[in-house]
Amino acid sequence: MTKTLFLLTVFTAVCSGQTPPTTLAAATPGDKLPGMGGFLQRWLLLDPIPVTGLTDSAVQATVKKDAYANLLQTMPTGGQKLSIDGAELTWHAMDTRNYNVNLYHFARTLGKKTSDILVWAVTVVHAPRDLENVRLAIGSNSASVWWVNGQEVIGIYGDRQTVIDDGVSRRLTLKKGPNVIRAAIVNGGGATDFCARLLDANDKPLSGLLIRLKDDSPVK
Amino acid sequence: MKHSLLLLFASTLHAANLDGVVNIHDPSTLVQDGGRYYTFGTGGGSLVSDDGWTWRRGAALPRRGLAPDVIKIGDRYFLYIAANIGAQPKAAINLLTNKTLDPTSPDYKWEEGGVVASSDGIEDCNAIDPGLLLDPNDGRLWLVYGSYFGYIRLVELDPRTGKRRYPNAVPHNIAINSEASILIFHDGWYYLLVTHGSCCRGADSGYNIRMGRARKVTGPYLDNLGIDMLQGGGKLFAASAGRVIGPGHFGLIDLGQGVQKFSLHYEADLDRGGASVLDIRPLLWKDGWPVAGENLRAGSYQFESLRTGTALEAAVEGFPVGGRPVRRGPPPGPPPGGGPPPGAGGPPPGGMFAGIGRPIPDQDVNEVSKKWPTGTLDVRMSNYLSQAQQKWTIAPAPGAGGYPGAPFYKITIAGTERALTATAEAELAVLPAFTGAPEQLWRIDQLADGSYRIMPKAVPGGKGPLALSAVGSSFATLSAFDPKSEKQRWWIKTP
Repeated sequence: MTKTLFLLTVFTAVCSGQTPPTTLAAATPGDKLPGMGGFLQRWLLLDPIPVTGLTDSAVQATVKKDAYANLLQTMPTGGQKLSIDGAELTWHAMDTRNYNVNLYHFARTLGKKTSDILVWAVTVVHAPRDLENVRLAIGSNSASVWWVNGQEVIGIYGDRQTVIDDGVSRRLTLKKGPNVIRAAIVNGGGATDFCARLLDANDKPLSGLLIRLKDDSPVK
Repeated sequence: MKHSLLLLFASTLHAANLDGVVNIHDPSTLVQDGGRYYTFGTGGGSLVSDDGWTWRRGAALPRRGLAPDVIKIGDRYFLYIAANIGAQPKAAINLLTNKTLDPTSPDYKWEEGGVVASSDGIEDCNAIDPGLLLDPNDGRLWLVYGSYFGYIRLVELDPRTGKRRYPNAVPHNIAINSEASILIFHDGWYYLLVTHGSCCRGADSGYNIRMGRARKVTGPYLDNLGIDMLQGGGKLFAASAGRVIGPGHFGLIDLGQGVQKFSLHYEADLDRGGASVLDIRPLLWKDGWPVAGENLRAGSYQFESLRTGTALEAAVEGFPVGGRPVRRGPPPGPPPGGGPPPGAGGPPPGGMFAGIGRPIPDQDVNEVSKKWPTGTLDVRMSNYLSQAQQKWTIAPAPGAGGYPGAPFYKITIAGTERALTATAEAELAVLPAFTGAPEQLWRIDQLADGSYRIMPKAVPGGKGPLALSAVGSSFATLSAFDPKSEKQRWWIKTP
């Protein structure tokens, strides 16, 4: 199905009184375990920001704008508002019932633009001990850049669909306690989503993790 | 579609591979001792190699003879060598044993073990060309032998002594009209490989290797047409091709982890003055039959992961070949990869899918790479789009040695000196230039299905051995080779 046809289908469904599907819901209280296959299903999502460009350089230029620098420094909370380039944006704590986080559903539910957008996402994975030789493995529609504990670890670019374990980081170490995973997902037209999980040294889903949407690590 | 798998099964570039002194006739199965490879040939001479790539003349056997074969069982080498003991087909196969093949070892001493098989000159057999199988199923040791006069015969040996287990038992006849027979076992089948045609006539030799298979070691060995090898059957395994004439004397080299190769000789290597020479080639399997693979040729290739279907590339921003497509408006400027602007000469008829009306040249890597960072580049994978950062030149690294059948290669982005390397973190990178360091030398072994395992000679810090691994669709790393996984299997295709 082409993106145009997809959008037309959705538009028709809305006009006909159908309730558009959503796979997202407000995050429930308490901690959350990774889902089947180790996918991280709880995220803080920032309202979509209109952007254009999916090439390596365009996406890098977008996500490295000074206006976003603070997003890589601070840990947000659900409902927190902030202003970027004059626009008031809100963080939403969301759970997905699927392996992926459907950002099209997210944006549409908010009544926001769904194409040519940038969505920032943050989650916090708590490790029971220091874990070496771990890889972050993601898929995204479309381009995305990822950070683990402030270090940029993945960048995938171009017009692409979400494929499990598409972008994979080099081996990294999760420290005992909270580990902050950030992502910036940029789409072109139509559907947009992402998925993420952590793999062990044998490329199997990492077990023993806990998702808790706050970085309660000691102040450095 | 022009990828290496097709080249394997319809090859046109046959040439012997190995380096050093490789002159030999009727080589035995290769055996290892102390890390060295040994093979013995007609006349009792031998070749030895430290790595399986560069060969030199080795020590001679105490007994001259024809077409020996050798096997190591326990702590002893059993070597069988034949001789005509009168007018053909009167012949006998003698056993020699030794604890080592290293002539400098104090344990080096060949001991005579006597005759294990013979032909009296009247019977329908010529007892030369021994070939051995230690059955992996039950540990029984089998000897096949024979040459044209009548039958290829099978007898059982005692794996403890190397001598006949049942000296008075009548040998099994399992094939006719052939020589240089040997047995291998694979996936529930015994395969009898023999050589048909005439030997010893240089570039006029009709030698070719043929085969049949059986569920029992004693046969019947049928070819792909169902013809019994006792009635002249035999599916072709290897024939003359390219610059090499008369392949014969198959010997299995099982390197473990699903990597198999085979040794053979050519009656005449035209590039070596028509001499009879040793070669080592990949052994593949297709539809239940062994297939003679081809050693990789130097050239430019793309690496495609079996697992993900994506291609290895330097992590630089790609640019479409011929420039970005334009759906409306004026044509753009010249693409950085060279060639005229896509829209130059006016829009072609036929609309947006009609192309530009003339061939689009390959990207000029010298132009494209001007936009690349000058230092070390990351490595990633992407859909193959015929872009410059996705094409790699594989070339033997001079003086770097090798491994059974092939040299270590350097792998560079085609048209550049930028070299693929393993890093101390067991990841991948592209360096600005090749320096010859071990982490920039690559071992490329073809696997049974025709795909390749690609391994650095060394990983800084001593990690390893590791293989190029597609852990993600867009990311490759180095990890331990798992023969059951597709992660470390790559197609090497001509771009």
